[in-house]
Amino acid sequence: MRLLKLVPDNTNIDFLRWRKLASFMSFFLVAVSIALVAVKGLNFGVDFVGGQSVRVEFTQEMPPIDEIREKVGHIGLGEATIQQFGSDKAVSIRTALPEGDKTVAERAGQQLVAGIQKAFPTAKTGSVETVSGKVSEELIRTGALSLGLAIIGISIYIWIRFEWQFGVGALGRLFHEVSLTFGLFAVTQMQFDLNSVAALLTIVGYSLNDTIVVYDRIRENLKKYRKMEIIPLLNLSINETLSRTVMTTVAMVLALGMLLIFGPDVIFGFTAAMLFGVFIGGYSSVLMSTPVLVWLKVGPGSFVPRTSAGIEGGERIERKDDGAVV
Amino acid sequence: MLDFPRWKTIGISIILLLGILFSIPSFVPEKTFNSLPSIAQTKVNLGLDLAGGSHLLLEADIADLRKTQLANMEKTVRAAMRGERGPDDDIGIGELRVASNQISFLVRDQTQLDEARDRLFNETQGAGLTGQRDWNINIVDVTRIVLTPTNAGQTQAIAHAMDTARDIIDRRVNALGTREPTIIRQGNDRIVVQVPGLQDPAALKELIGKTARLEFRMVDANADPNEAAAGRVPVGSEIVPYAEGEGNGAAFEVLRRQVMISGEQLIDAKQSYDPQSNQPVVSIRFDSGGSNTFAKVTAQSVGKRFAMVLDGKVLSAPSINEPILGGSAQISGSFSVASANALAISLRSGALPVKMAVVEERTVTPELGADSIRKGAIAGIIATISVLTLMLVVYGRFGVYACIGLVFNVFLIIAIMAAFNATLTLPGIAGFVLTIGAAVDANVLINERIREELARGRKVFQAVELGYSEASRAIFDANVTNVIAASLMFWFGSGPIKGFAVVLTIGIVTSVFTAVTVTRMFVAHWLRTKRPTSINI
Repeated sequence: MRLLKLVPDNTNIDFLRWRKLASFMSFFLVAVSIALVAVKGLNFGVDFVGGQSVRVEFTQEMPPIDEIREKVGHIGLGEATIQQFGSDKAVSIRTALPEGDKTVAERAGQQLVAGIQKAFPTAKTGSVETVSGKVSEELIRTGALSLGLAIIGISIYIWIRFEWQFGVGALGRLFHEVSLTFGLFAVTQMQFDLNSVAALLTIVGYSLNDTIVVYDRIRENLKKYRKMEIIPLLNLSINETLSRTVMTTVAMVLALGMLLIFGPDVIFGFTAAMLFGVFIGGYSSVLMSTPVLVWLKVGPGSFVPRTSAGIEGGERIERKDDGAVV
Repeated sequence: MLDFPRWKTIGISIILLLGILFSIPSFVPEKTFNSLPSIAQTKVNLGLDLAGGSHLLLEADIADLRKTQLANMEKTVRAAMRGERGPDDDIGIGELRVASNQISFLVRDQTQLDEARDRLFNETQGAGLTGQRDWNINIVDVTRIVLTPTNAGQTQAIAHAMDTARDIIDRRVNALGTREPTIIRQGNDRIVVQVPGLQDPAALKELIGKTARLEFRMVDANADPNEAAAGRVPVGSEIVPYAEGEGNGAAFEVLRRQVMISGEQLIDAKQSYDPQSNQPVVSIRFDSGGSNTFAKVTAQSVGKRFAMVLDGKVLSAPSINEPILGGSAQISGSFSVASANALAISLRSGALPVKMAVVEERTVTPELGADSIRKGAIAGIIATISVLTLMLVVYGRFGVYACIGLVFNVFLIIAIMAAFNATLTLPGIAGFVLTIGAAVDANVLINERIREELARGRKVFQAVELGYSEASRAIFDANVTNVIAASLMFWFGSGPIKGFAVVLTIGIVTSVFTAVTVTRMFVAHWLRTKRPTSINI
C-alpha cells in the first residue's frame, strides 16, 4: 500500500527569505488586534461582568431578534444583549447586573426567567447563569492570573531547558498568539467567558508544543552542523520538521473541526477559538518563531557539544546524554 | 529496540487491562451499574453542565453576623449584671451603648467594678492559639467598661457560624430528597451547593436562602397606632413589618422586644392543613421547656395577641382565645403547599446562624445537559475516527500501532478519572479532544523521525530505535509545558477552567504513556518476530 505523504520528502523551502515580511505581518496583526480590543472591546459574558444570562430555546418559529430585545427590555432589567446560539432556534439573553446589595443578583435572575416565560410562553429556558459583581471580579482576576502565570512559567521552563534566546522567542510567540486570539474575540464579538480563558490557555500550551519541536531541532542541528550559517540552518530545521507540523495541524483541525460541526453548541466559541489558535500556531511555527533567533544572534556557540568537535556533513555525533546545556 | 524486557511487557499489559476494567463501569447503563459489586462502582461523574442541575455559591453576610454577635453580647452583659441570687446581687449599670465594634457601659457603684469585670470575664472564652480571648474587656475613665471583640474571636465565630450553616443547609437540601447533593465550604465565608438533576432552582434558593429564625413575641397592646405610625413606640417595644402579602392591610405590628419562645425550642415542624379553612399551614411542636413557657404565657394573656415572626417579619398575629397547652401550634400565612413544606423543612433544620445570599448561580436543565452529552459523544467519536483514519493513511502499519495507542489512551483517561471520581465537564470534553491531539503529535514526531532516519539510509532497526529515542526528548519538553499550563489552570482557575485542567493533566500523562511506551511495545514485538528488512512508513 502506498502511504500518503502530506509533505514531499526533501522539501527545501527558503522560509527565512520571508522573515521580514512575516515579522511585519505579525507586528501588524498584533497591533490591529490590540487596537480592536481597545476600540470594540470584548463581549464579556456574565462570568466577568456580572449579571444574568438565560439560554432560551424556541420550540416554534423564532421571533425576530428585535422583537425579543423589545420584550426583554420591558422586564425592567435594562437593555439586553441577545446572541444567536449554535442552532437557529436558540438565543442567549443577557442583562446587566442591577444596582443594589448582594441579594439583587438572586432576584434579578428569577425576574429575567419569569419575564421571558411570560413574554414567550412556548419558549424553553435551558440554562440560567447569575453572577454577582463581586464574584465576577474574582473570576476575572483568577482568569487573568492563571493566563499570565502560565505564560511566564512556560517561558522560564524553556529558558532553563534551552537558552535565553529561545525563552525570549517563546515569550514573543505566546504574546503574538494571545493577542491575535483576543483580536478574534474582539472582531467577532464572540462571548468572552471562563471557557474562553480555558481556550486561550490551551492555545498557549499548544503553540508551545510547536515551538519546542522546532527549537529542539534547531538545537540539535546547531550541534551537528557547527559551521553552517544560521539562516540556512534555521531553514533546514524548519523543513525537517515541516511534515510533522503539517501532519499535527491537520490532525488537530480534523478533531476540532468535528467538535465544531457536531459538538454541543455550548462550546462552539471555545472550539472556534482553539481552531483559530491551531491555525496561528502553524503559521508561527514556520514563519514567526525563528526570525527572533536570528536577531538575538543564536549561533553554533550557543550549544557546545561535550564530545569532540562536530564534523560538517551528515555524520552524527553519538551522544548518550540528552544534549541540553543546563 | 529489540530487547523489550518481559517484565515491561507484563507491566504495560496489566496497566492497560486495569484501564479497560476501570473504564467499563462508566459505559454501562445506570441499572447495570448499581448491580455491580461496590468495588467496581467507580465511574466518571458528569458535571452539572452535562448532567443538568444547579450550582449555587452562597456568601455569608459577615457584617450581619457581627451585628448579631454584638446584640448577643449586649444581652449577656445585661444578664450578667443582673446577678444569680436575686435583686441584692445586681450591679447597677447605665449608659449602655452598642457601637459598630464595641459595647460600653458605666458601673454606678465604683466598688463593684472588679466584680463586674470578673463576671464578664467568665462570659468570654479563649480564641485561637495565641491565648487571646474572644472579647477584650477594658476599663476606661475609672468606671466605664468597654468590650471589644478580638480578631481571633471574630475569626473563630465566623468559622463556627459557617460550619453550622453548612450543616443546616446540608439538612435542608437533603430533606428535598434529591440525589447526591454536594455542599462544601469554600474560602472564609462561602458555601457551594451543587444539586444534580434539579428541575426547580427557585425552590432550592427559597429553601436554603431562608435564615428561618422563628420567634413568638407578644403584641404591645399599649402602643398607640398613630404614635407608632410616626415611629414612636413604648420603651421595650419595636415596630416589626409584616411579611409580603400578610397582615390584611396592616403594614406592621408593635411587638415587645422580649422573645417568648424561639425556633431553637422546636422539636418538629411539618406541613399540614388548617382544619377550618383547609389552607396549607405549618404545624410545629415545642420541646418541654418551650411548651411550659408557651402554656404559662398564653394562660396569663388570654384575649391578648401574640405574633409569629419569621426572619424579622410578622407572619400572623392571632388573638389568644384560650391557653395553648400541649406545646403544639400552627403557623398560618399565605402559603402554598410547597412554600409551607419549605418553611417546615427550614424550621426543622434550625435557623442559619448568619444570613446567606446567592452570589452565583448556574443552572442547566437536564434536557439541555443530555443534549450536550449526546452531541459531545458523537463529535468525540467522529473526531477520533477521522484522526485514526488519517494516521492509518499516512503511516500504514505504524499508524495501526498509533491507533491502538490512541484507543487505549481514551480508556486510560476514563479509568483514571473514574478511579479519582473526577468530574467531566463540557470544557473537559474539549480537553479530551486536545489530549488526543497531543497523543497524535507524539506518534507523528516518532514516525516522522523514523522516516527521516530511513531516508538517511539507516537500517530498519536502527531507524526505529533512533526515531523513538530522538523524538522522546521533544515529546517530553512539549508535554512538560502543557503540564505547567494545566497545573496553573488548576491552582488559579475556577469552575470550568479547573475541570478542563483535570482532564488535560490526566490526558497528558496517559497520552505520553500510550503514544511512546505502548506503541513501542507493539513495534518491538513486530520487529523481533518478523525481522523486516524494509518498512513502509
